Amino acid sequence: MGSKLSQTLAAAKAENRAALIGYLPAGFPTIEGGIKAARALIEGGCDIVEVGLPHSDPVLDGPTIQTADDIALRGGVRIKDVLRTVAEVAAGTDAPVLVMTYWNPVDRYGVARFAADLAAAGGAGCILPDLPVEESEEWRKAAGEHGLDTVFVVAPSSKDPRLAEVTAAGSGFVYAAAVMGVTGTRAAVGNLAEDLVARTRATTDLPVCVGLGVSTADQAARVAGFADGVIVGSAFVQRILDADGDEAAALTAVRALAGELAEGVRRR
Amino acid sequence: MSENDYQPGTQVPDARGYFGAYGGRFIPEALVAAVEQVAEEYEKAKADPAFAAELDALLKDYTGRPSPLTDVHRFSAEAGGARILLKREDLNHTGSHKINNVLGQALLTRRMGKTRIIAETGAGQHGVATATACALFGFDCTIYMGEVDTERQALNVARMRMLGAEVIAVKSGSRTLKDAINEAFRDWVANVDSTHYLFGTVAGPHPFPMMVRDFHRVIGIEAREQVLERTGRLPDAVVACVGGGSNAMGIFHEFIPDAGVRLIGCEAAGEGAETPRHAATLTKGDPGVLHGSRTYVLQDEDGQTIESHSISAGLDYPGVGPEHAWLKDTGRAEYRPVTDDQAMQALRLLSRTEGIIPAIESAHALAGALVLGRELGPEATILVSLSGRGDKDMHTAAEYFGLYDSEGK
Repeated sequence: MGSKLSQTLAAAKAENRAALIGYLPAGFPTIEGGIKAARALIEGGCDIVEVGLPHSDPVLDGPTIQTADDIALRGGVRIKDVLRTVAEVAAGTDAPVLVMTYWNPVDRYGVARFAADLAAAGGAGCILPDLPVEESEEWRKAAGEHGLDTVFVVAPSSKDPRLAEVTAAGSGFVYAAAVMGVTGTRAAVGNLAEDLVARTRATTDLPVCVGLGVSTADQAARVAGFADGVIVGSAFVQRILDADGDEAAALTAVRALAGELAEGVRRR
Repeated sequence: MSENDYQPGTQVPDARGYFGAYGGRFIPEALVAAVEQVAEEYEKAKADPAFAAELDALLKDYTGRPSPLTDVHRFSAEAGGARILLKREDLNHTGSHKINNVLGQALLTRRMGKTRIIAETGAGQHGVATATACALFGFDCTIYMGEVDTERQALNVARMRMLGAEVIAVKSGSRTLKDAINEAFRDWVANVDSTHYLFGTVAGPHPFPMMVRDFHRVIGIEAREQVLERTGRLPDAVVACVGGGSNAMGIFHEFIPDAGVRLIGCEAAGEGAETPRHAATLTKGDPGVLHGSRTYVLQDEDGQTIESHSISAGLDYPGVGPEHAWLKDTGRAEYRPVTDDQAMQALRLLSRTEGIIPAIESAHALAGALVLGRELGPEATILVSLSGRGDKDMHTAAEYFGLYDSEGK
């Protein structure tokens, strides 16, 4: 069946578990360090990797990812470096590698060019959190021509008819935002997520993965009880920030957290 | 008519919020329901005579509209003798044009049943106007302001706090208006059930560019009538400063069908549009997406926003309203860069020739009018939007002109 992303999610489902999706921005803490960190996500047990394209105005990110984006941009990361990160990570693994990016960098780079270059790098698709379905036609056409999936985000505020429109436009999986808010770890994953997943499933056969606020194995286990995948970002970024420049310690911490979360998603 | 056949002077952009190639709605899914609610409620309000009546009463009895039109003869002498007329938005309650939009959106907030308002502010004029309306209507109020701006506009921070608003100094990015908007969006995503984001300029996702413009159209409607009555004809040019561009859209809009009237927006060129330190978005930027709409943006070749610089906090913004982008591309309006130094000289000139201390933002329009007057000659009439008063800028002006020195300059 379908794309590499669909196959990976189907394989997790066949094992009666949720998939684990890990996020880290490219270029963080350095371009080479970012490549190693993304690989560490997979080595630790992530099934799918999201490579973030750092942005000057990350309006949907909390302080942790803002800090990482700042470090990456000050380090000089460019779109070509993001694409190289995708290529180097994808080359050594069967795990799908997605890019998560705000829309303007893609718009500026050229929509068709970005889709072509991402596909050539071995990328599996894109998550574009500030590109609503209504503005997405040009991107989806380019993505389709290059075999890329487009993952759309749904939110607790999305009404049912809206969910149907969004899920009909997407592919790969649906990204369900667990809470109303920006990225960042939270003490508890609220009840909004479970309700949103149920409402989303009523509109689509696509897998539904939950992100925003998940940082521990227990939270991952809880989300795995009702979702097809668990998405973790800020917690990985925080591990790297905590390592304070010690690359080996950062990679060890990323692998360890991925391992704990991978155990969590199998606990359902 | 195809979707992008938007004609200037008409009331609405196309169904998706586009003015030609600019505008639209580039927002996260979490905000779609809230932005749609604003759009729907605004359409209902527009059709409701009670809404118009209440807003008109507030504009008259609370704001003090209509604002006067002032002939500035001594200042005009410095502009090649062209007759310069100032539309005195500085005399509105709270000291700038910003109150026009704020009262409209405050009424809308009440109609939506929301109890909390957030807003961004650069110079603090929109923040003060918003804090004022929140006091009047009894809403909770949080204002996001870049840390750099809280320092250079400290008087307005005190005013907002006096009015009961919480002012949050934003420490991310360039610590100016752009970052205040980012932080306000983050707040809105997390608190959208209770909260309206009272956006302060003609930028942002549809319907904000249209709605904010509509609430400011009163500036141009009044001014056009006042100029006709005073001079017996239309002005040769209308000049306004442009950061996001709300006072400019407000005064331009009624004149768009008057083909003989030149519309001239003055952007902040900071230390010079040819230097890296400016905020001349329409002069130097490229089309892109910032803060929810497609428009001109100061950006690098990777689509990262470039930090803007201006002595004026209210113009220190690397984006601009999408309708201005459209007016630029069609040639209906012209946009010119004005440097910090030109603006400060115009500020001092108006103060000393007319006894009116303008905001540094508005001084950019005055500087533009001085240049234009010399180009057009003594027969010309130029209408200038004096969008705000300069009290808030006395610290910046005192440092610039050495007014704190024992002698002054």
